[in-house]
Amino acid sequence: MKFGVIVFPGSNCDHDAYHVISKHVGQPVDFIWHKETDLSAYDAVIIPGGFSYGDYLRAGALARFSPVMKAVKEFAASGKFVFGICNGFQILCEAGLLPGALIRNAGLHFISKHVTIRTENQFTPYTNELKEGSVLSIPIAHAEGNYTCDDATFQALEENNQVVFRYCDETGEITSESNPNGARSNIAGICNRDRNVLGMMPHPERACEELLGSNDGRNIFRSLTASIAASVK
Amino acid sequence: MKAKVFVTLKPSVLDPQGKAIHHSAEQLGFQQITDIRQGKYFEIALDASVNETEARAAAEKIAADVLANPVIEDYRVEIVQ
Repeated sequence: MKFGVIVFPGSNCDHDAYHVISKHVGQPVDFIWHKETDLSAYDAVIIPGGFSYGDYLRAGALARFSPVMKAVKEFAASGKFVFGICNGFQILCEAGLLPGALIRNAGLHFISKHVTIRTENQFTPYTNELKEGSVLSIPIAHAEGNYTCDDATFQALEENNQVVFRYCDETGEITSESNPNGARSNIAGICNRDRNVLGMMPHPERACEELLGSNDGRNIFRSLTASIAASVK
Repeated sequence: MKAKVFVTLKPSVLDPQGKAIHHSAEQLGFQQITDIRQGKYFEIALDASVNETEARAAAEKIAADVLANPVIEDYRVEIVQ
């Protein structure tokens, strides 16, 4: 089993993801520079948070044109796991690997705080170790995390159970007060139809140590590891 | 030859930056403003070998694939000599 963490100019959560995979997941992991075009050595790639290309034009818009993204598309099409966190989620939407877009937070501010999210679908490779409705405490840190899509896309997301996480209060209730950024239907994370591509705004790699306030993020990495183990058998 | 590209948020997409700018404009004393929407403007310079039809086609392609995100934005192209 081998993980890769893609590094764009401006990525800044790449080391956090690397640390979690090597220390807590306990699996081999490489940094993959965005000029790379061959991902055949990997079972899963993480597109980490940060400000790829300085968020020029739109968050994630220019990273989509990096050479590695063609390989990421083929990698995803082959059924391997692509996990986009924060800026990684924005990049996956811009690249068309996930539907919709992430726009400026409704309140305009950059928000950096712990939020609670509810597991809406436990039948994904990223949530199979969680129970439906499990509430996780995970930090967010973004200015463009306001998920938006048209009505047809939203309906398709619902019908195919592609909404994986929603912002909720501490008891798991989905409320407008618990929606930090104005995201449609409190959406915090979605997957593609095949379930092998996940994008989420909260940072599970920053919630893998009690010292940092929560280790709920480990559940997601544990699920992914189990899914890879099952898929490479 | 120059192509001008105007990118605007679709009417259905909330524009919190436009709202904040609207509020600031009101502070200047303009109370008659009903709405402000923020957009982006690009100038693409093309060399002399390109005719107007080709310039428009190129600008449309660049606008659709890079400058605008069709999920949230519309664009308009103008060609100037």
